Amino acid sequence: MSRIDVRKTYKLFIGGAFPRSESGRTYDVTDSKDTFLANAAKASRKDSRDAVIAARKAFGGWSTRTPYNRGQILYRVAEVLEGRRDQFVSEVRASEGLTARQANAVVEAAVDRWVWYAGWADKLAQVVGNANPVSGPFFNLSSPEPTGVVAIAAPQDSSLLGLVSVIAPAIVSGNTVVVVSSYERPLPAINLSEVLATSDLPGGVVNILTGDIAEIGPWLASHMDVNAFDLAGVDDVELAKELEVGSAGNLKRVVRPTATDWTADPGLSRLTPFLETKTVWHPIGV
Amino acid sequence: MAAKKTFEYAPAPESRAIVDLKSSYGLFINGEFTDGSGSTFKTINPASEEVLAEVAEATTADVDKAVRAARTAFTRVWSKMPGSERAKYLYRIARIMAERSREFAVLESLDNGKPIRESRDVDIPLVSQWFFYYAGWADKLGYALPGNGHSGANPQPLGVAGQIIPWNFPLMMLAWKIAPALAAGNTVVLKPAETTPLTALLFAEVCQQADLPPGVVNIVTGAGATGQAIVEHADVNKIAFTGSTAVGKAIARSVAGTDKKVTLELGGKAANIVFDDAPIDQAVEGIVNGIFFNQGHVCCAGSRLLVQESVYDDVIERLKRRMTTLRVGDPLDKNTDIGAINSAEQLARIKKLTAVGDAEGAERWSPPCDLPSNGFWFAPTIFTGVTQAHRIAREEIFGPVLSVLTFRTPAEAVEKANNTPYGLSAGVWTEKGSRILSVASQLRAGVVWANTFNKFDPSSPFGGYKESGYGREGGRHGLEAYLSADPAAAERPPGRRTKGAHR
Amino acid sequence: MLRQTLDGLPGVDQVGVEARAATLGTRSIKTTSKQWAIDLAISMVDLTTLEGADTPGKVRALANKAMRPDPTDPTCPSAAAVCVYPDMVKIAKETLGDSGVNVASVAAAFPSGRASLDVKIADVRDAVEAGADEIDMVIDRGAFLTGKYDQVYEQIVAIKEACVRADGSHAHLKVIFETGELGTYDNVRKASWLAMLAGADFIKTSTGKIQPAATMPVTLVMLEAVRDFRDSHGRQVGVKPAGGIRASKDAIKYLVMVKETVGEDWLDPAWFRFGASSLLNDLLLQRQKMLTGHYSGPDYVTLD
Repeated sequence: MSRIDVRKTYKLFIGGAFPRSESGRTYDVTDSKDTFLANAAKASRKDSRDAVIAARKAFGGWSTRTPYNRGQILYRVAEVLEGRRDQFVSEVRASEGLTARQANAVVEAAVDRWVWYAGWADKLAQVVGNANPVSGPFFNLSSPEPTGVVAIAAPQDSSLLGLVSVIAPAIVSGNTVVVVSSYERPLPAINLSEVLATSDLPGGVVNILTGDIAEIGPWLASHMDVNAFDLAGVDDVELAKELEVGSAGNLKRVVRPTATDWTADPGLSRLTPFLETKTVWHPIGV
Repeated sequence: MAAKKTFEYAPAPESRAIVDLKSSYGLFINGEFTDGSGSTFKTINPASEEVLAEVAEATTADVDKAVRAARTAFTRVWSKMPGSERAKYLYRIARIMAERSREFAVLESLDNGKPIRESRDVDIPLVSQWFFYYAGWADKLGYALPGNGHSGANPQPLGVAGQIIPWNFPLMMLAWKIAPALAAGNTVVLKPAETTPLTALLFAEVCQQADLPPGVVNIVTGAGATGQAIVEHADVNKIAFTGSTAVGKAIARSVAGTDKKVTLELGGKAANIVFDDAPIDQAVEGIVNGIFFNQGHVCCAGSRLLVQESVYDDVIERLKRRMTTLRVGDPLDKNTDIGAINSAEQLARIKKLTAVGDAEGAERWSPPCDLPSNGFWFAPTIFTGVTQAHRIAREEIFGPVLSVLTFRTPAEAVEKANNTPYGLSAGVWTEKGSRILSVASQLRAGVVWANTFNKFDPSSPFGGYKESGYGREGGRHGLEAYLSADPAAAERPPGRRTKGAHR
Repeated sequence: MLRQTLDGLPGVDQVGVEARAATLGTRSIKTTSKQWAIDLAISMVDLTTLEGADTPGKVRALANKAMRPDPTDPTCPSAAAVCVYPDMVKIAKETLGDSGVNVASVAAAFPSGRASLDVKIADVRDAVEAGADEIDMVIDRGAFLTGKYDQVYEQIVAIKEACVRADGSHAHLKVIFETGELGTYDNVRKASWLAMLAGADFIKTSTGKIQPAATMPVTLVMLEAVRDFRDSHGRQVGVKPAGGIRASKDAIKYLVMVKETVGEDWLDPAWFRFGASSLLNDLLLQRQKMLTGHYSGPDYVTLD
């Protein structure tokens, strides 16, 4: 008789810890062939509230680390991710119904995407910041700063590559995030949480809620302590509009959902929306 | 209660055991160590004059072999590799350097003479950070040249870079040269200084550990002749040199009429300006750090103190008092502040120039120091009563010797600070923000440190005006030297001039 | 007038002073120097208990610990003093007798300093009459932060007066700044000069009741101030960092900082103290390791 394996429990990732949903709810996660994979926690609005609190708490420390330090930590995440590739390959295969070769390509692309973003930490200021030649005796400098707590609806279909492609750009510049994972393909997100939890990333910088964006999204959109909302994974047009309307309550910076090829070079498109520009003046004189 | 006696620090030596010193080293060409075809020379520990190892003197034939290996690696492997893959090699190197940091720090102190505290806390961490920073540029080159934002036209590497580095920060200078060159897609032939070859040779091992494709990095040891062979080689596209202004000028003459691009980082005689409203205790630290860090073997050293006359007495008194706590001695002792002078030649030069200072009437002062009998040592020294008309105010001494001048107004400070053929760096000490910015905007120096000194970061461009050289290292600007917007740049044989080529 | 004097002092660059403190912290003190430093540090400890729950039993235990930090080793030095609330001074004094260990009392509405001057003076007199050798007073931070330097100065002068005994001798006055509330190094420098001009015998960082308490950079600024004050006014003033110093390693860093900033004249319990409680046991553990060659454990030091 073959060995019985020890199956994983999939919980939420909030403040660096793995709690169950306070609502006690779970839902069935199946693979592409409808076979049962696991019970995933079904996040409630209270979980999202706790996640925002954790993200806000982590923001002060994360945003004031040196960019080099953030870059090193993100690179470490890539190291750990790479070390766990086999686990991710099998999970992506099951979740997305890919062949082994396709799943491999996805995981490799996800790791490389993370490395690419890690390298931006100590360069962003040089590419999007600059001195301004004002017409007066003033030193004038514009620098990018992170906007704060960013809510993210992760892509529904691309459960790993799309996921890292929305998380990494937000945090590399110093933001902290609350992510609602793909509803039907949440397991790579919780696996990623385990990688994040063991990579020197401070607790609360990334918080991942498995659950339904239609249920939690409006609460995040109306939350006055969330500064931005990336609607990448909101496939329903009406819901996307509703969330954008809700976000207007405290003028969140919103990234609307568009059809995205997650394998393509993203450029600065997901870096700059979550940056504020701070311009400082100082007189020049003896 | 303990009876009052002096708080002496017992010896606190860092162990040498971590370094596996070989008795002799060859050249690192095409991914492996190979004997040179010429003679050998010895490298010594300047703190004790003990011979550390025998090193090969690369001949013109050896240099040719190295350049060929670099060219082949460039054409067949490195220029074809996507930036994201090149990045990963550089990240590997950065991480291995961090892992082996103590080993490198000890070896650097043995070969160079600098205190272990500095190699451990400053040099080696910056090396790892430099590779880490430039690794991240390798796949973002479209953002590197002016006209940021993805222009679609990816800038191209130049080809083979010949790099010649000095003895004052051996491994750090290696990182400043190799990291951006490789990130931009070039391959390199690098010559470390003849008195400090060992950390470069150990770095070759790291390249092997990182599985760097053979020929991407080649290390050829030797002295002036080897350097000349690199500069004059017809198949080198770019020369990067850090060293003396005299040699820099020779290189500039040598590449005239060719297509070779050149960057030079040369000498300096930086003014460290202290105003009457400076944060006085931190300013004194800045003065000390500016000239005694690394035994003053620093191109950007604050070797001229320009102190506002109204606070002259106070500053000098505090400076002298602070100097009495400087510890000169065994570089491997963790409590040493000032290590050995790098070579007999350099020590002779320092002695000669300080004798000139005496002869020209400046007043010399050093704190009492017990200097070891073996090795090359010079006590930290200040000369007061110095004016612009003293040779020790104009010529680079490259040792732990500070020339002290005075000024009355900001305008006079700026005028004196700029009154030199050099223009590498300057320091400004004042609590008034507008004055910092006003003075900084008028100083003709490539780096201005306000209320700090000797700060380096891979993201911060470094380089000089005037005879301190041209080009910048570090930051986005540091990549420009290794890239061309012209896709055909690397194809053209660099040794022959074409129309419209410029440096 | 005082304001102009204090505002005219040179500023302190935060990054520079923190970097200097950090570099001083890299000194490596080994073998005989380390042994000497540990013994010196022990002799500089003001062993402290400042809790609402303090009782005569607790204070008696503390006082005995201060006299005999290591009962198994008579070569171990005594602490410099015990530091208690005014109403515990008498019991401390009785227990300590003529052992040479002093009694320091906190006073002047410690720790907040929020009371009228009359109440503060009465507080001080109580402690002096009970036999306190030293008084650790707190300054009025509210007045300081509103720029009422003259008021703060006058309070110190008045309290110094209250330290004078009938026989004309006086309890030594330490002035606590509560540097964690002052916010900037510039303020620490100003407070140092203010206190010294007002007659302080010692300047002290903190009450130990808030964070941050003593830090290396804050103490460095205070050491620079006492150095400059002796140069300009000819009077030596002591320095006491208090609160947050728990490890021997840190205590030794402070001693290095004293040596390299103000010199060896201050390397004496008459001019430098550590306000601490758990530090003493860590010093004893390190002392035992230096003597025996192996790491010790909590069972081998007394808990009082």
